[in-house]
Amino acid sequence: DVPSGVSAGIIWTRRVTATFDSHPKENRHFTKYLQFSCAQMASPDVVRQMDKNARPLALSGHVGFDSLPDQLVNKSTSQGFCFNILCIGETGIGKSTLMDTLFNTNFENFESSHFEPKVKLRAQTYDLQESNVRLKLTVVNTVGFGDQMNKQESYQHIVDYIDTQFESYLQEELKIKRSLHNYHDSRIHACLYFIAPSGHSLKSLDLVTMKKLDSKVNIIPVIAKADTISKSELHKFKIKIMSELVSNGVQIYQFPIDDETVAKINTAMNGHLPFAVVGSTEEVNIGNKMVKARQYPWGVVQVENENHCDFVKLREMLICVNMEDLREQTHTRHYELYRRCKLEEMGFKDTDPECKPVSLQQTYEAKRQEFLGELQRREEEMRQTFVQRVKEKEAELKDAERELQGKFEQLKRLHADEKSKLEEKRRSLEEEMSAFSKRRAATELLQAQAFNASTNNKKDKDRKNSGFM
Amino acid sequence: MSSGSEVISSYSSSSSSSSIMAESVIQEMPPAMCLEKPSVDFSYVGIDAILEQMRRKAMKQGFELNIMVVGQSGLGKSTLMNTLFKSKVSRKSFLGTAEEKIPKTIEIKSISHDVEEKGVRMKLTVIDTPGFGDQINNENCWQPIMKFINDQYEQYLQEEINIDRKKRIPDSRVHCCIYFIPPTGHCLRPLDVEFMRRLSKVVNIVPVIAKADTLTLEERDFFKKKIREELRANGIDVYPQKEFDEDAEDRTINEKIREMIPFAVVGSDQEYQVNGRRLLGRKTKWGTIEVENIAHCEFAYLRDLLIRTHMQNIKDITSSIHYEMYRVRRLNENNTQANGLGDHHPASHEI
Repeated sequence: DVPSGVSAGIIWTRRVTATFDSHPKENRHFTKYLQFSCAQMASPDVVRQMDKNARPLALSGHVGFDSLPDQLVNKSTSQGFCFNILCIGETGIGKSTLMDTLFNTNFENFESSHFEPKVKLRAQTYDLQESNVRLKLTVVNTVGFGDQMNKQESYQHIVDYIDTQFESYLQEELKIKRSLHNYHDSRIHACLYFIAPSGHSLKSLDLVTMKKLDSKVNIIPVIAKADTISKSELHKFKIKIMSELVSNGVQIYQFPIDDETVAKINTAMNGHLPFAVVGSTEEVNIGNKMVKARQYPWGVVQVENENHCDFVKLREMLICVNMEDLREQTHTRHYELYRRCKLEEMGFKDTDPECKPVSLQQTYEAKRQEFLGELQRREEEMRQTFVQRVKEKEAELKDAERELQGKFEQLKRLHADEKSKLEEKRRSLEEEMSAFSKRRAATELLQAQAFNASTNNKKDKDRKNSGFM
Repeated sequence: MSSGSEVISSYSSSSSSSSIMAESVIQEMPPAMCLEKPSVDFSYVGIDAILEQMRRKAMKQGFELNIMVVGQSGLGKSTLMNTLFKSKVSRKSFLGTAEEKIPKTIEIKSISHDVEEKGVRMKLTVIDTPGFGDQINNENCWQPIMKFINDQYEQYLQEEINIDRKKRIPDSRVHCCIYFIPPTGHCLRPLDVEFMRRLSKVVNIVPVIAKADTLTLEERDFFKKKIREELRANGIDVYPQKEFDEDAEDRTINEKIREMIPFAVVGSDQEYQVNGRRLLGRKTKWGTIEVENIAHCEFAYLRDLLIRTHMQNIKDITSSIHYEMYRVRRLNENNTQANGLGDHHPASHEI
């Protein structure tokens, strides 16, 4: 009963209500923990040197700029936030289900076929809202990853996609008239890499892909379908995975530990990587409460039970604690690296061969001149070619015209000849006709004379005959 | 919060980046589907925790604010700064000593301080302009100031277009320029009009009537009305600018402010005992003027506007509008110069 056809901008009316009071206790506690820690920072014995040029100054009263963070937050709330997640994993490993579970919504994903000839990426954007926060979430899924017989080029499309997003941001930033504040940031902030729950080790495809991506995006590896591994196997598996990543030099995303507020929880979570997750949007009745779970004949795997899987940890880390840090790392580290490489590739430098600082402007101008010169040269060339061609065509046409003219003359002559011949014939015909008519007239005259003569004879004869009677 | 938090998901058209990767990105738009499920108890996702994260990040990074004060000497600029920030941010210059004279030309002095309040750290820079309007011939006295402001934009631009650039570009752009109008009670002087006309195009100007304790309330209202009329007549758009109001809510708030500017302020950094409380004020034989009493002067409004409510907005307008305009002009300048049309465009600094 799904109507066919596509229409953008359909607003789903599926509402997921969660009032502030019905938050699970742990989450509320955590938010309170953050607020509490912020207040702690105001202790007077904390001395920080912000800038060598500025002298610290004590205030003798309440000025009021402590509302600045609130002002900033208010502005951001009215603008809304952007978050983009890339999910890489084999077909059927549970990427879409995990996204549905994470964000408590049904994202209406289709099951992909296993017969894709190349790895494709499917990007979908959603508007989510919780209390007064609006989030523009983009989920990018790989389609057909790991299905090909030859997986050598699998990572290339993913790398290209990530680079394209960086490129369009760079283009916007370099524009003369730009609107960065309204720009829909499509750069990937977090990459969830789904590891198949084999229990042994990482596949070579995993290592190769992650190695290619670790300098472009924040990688968070997760073990998918973790309910197929037992606890002891899982522990060994995690250790194996982490050691393989380290020995291959893959830099996955580390939750930041430089901020005292969240250092403790982040350090603990860093030790639990990769998260073993189970996704489910189906509900099962457990002890008079409906919880998200997977029901098996031998038991029920509860998604939000921390003893069963690490789903809650993933949600905490990805959304509640580090979303802003993920965005910041993407912008200040990965994007800057891309920008630097791209500009250097295009030939820009900050210092010229004599190590004097060269402004981007100058290099840009030089390149622009070059380009314009080139453009002019090509234009000249094209113009020359055009003129040449025109001349040739003209000559051709002239020839054709002459030929045509010649033919025309010839035809005319022929025609004149024919005409004179015909004239001749006509004259001769007319002469014949007149001769003939003369002869006919003459013959008729003769005939008439003859007839007269005979009638006279007949008359005579008749008279003679009648005379005898 | 009146309504409970809800996670409402709405599907909007897919990202536009697909035009480049036509092969490898499928633009999927799910078929139109309307799901109405009876309310089920889903748990909290945690998206609104990002507000806390942002706050944390902002507190860790700290803020920067650059305020410029412009006005003739003796109008109480330093005192007002000290009153605003409740500390000695400006060194007052007293005339009379041989060493401290009115400078022959306009100087631009910039002093920075690190201040902290309830865990919020801010680098406050006060830019003073001694010598403004003090000469006999004050023509072009806005030029050094204009140059300074544009230099700050230039510095930021240069850092921004570097290949290897800093994580956080140090922001020395002038966010707000407080212009002190002497309390003559009549109207704006040509110097005021010229200055504000030129500078309102490149920076946020907040005009204030200095030493407002010399005006009675009626005189003050008349003066303010006159000033507003003159500003309007000359096309001077002071902060909050009408054209940058974002939505209806903004507009209502800003209209109220626009009805009240310029604020008539009195500054003081001395405390006196009034009605059993210690208050900042000026003590005279005929009474004590309480600086923070809105019945006496409008200092509290100025402080609320500048610091407590609109500070972020001021910084945003500077970075997203004034700076962007400078950038556009600058980048276009280079283009036209390259095309040999440099003489057709007026110098960007002088408008």
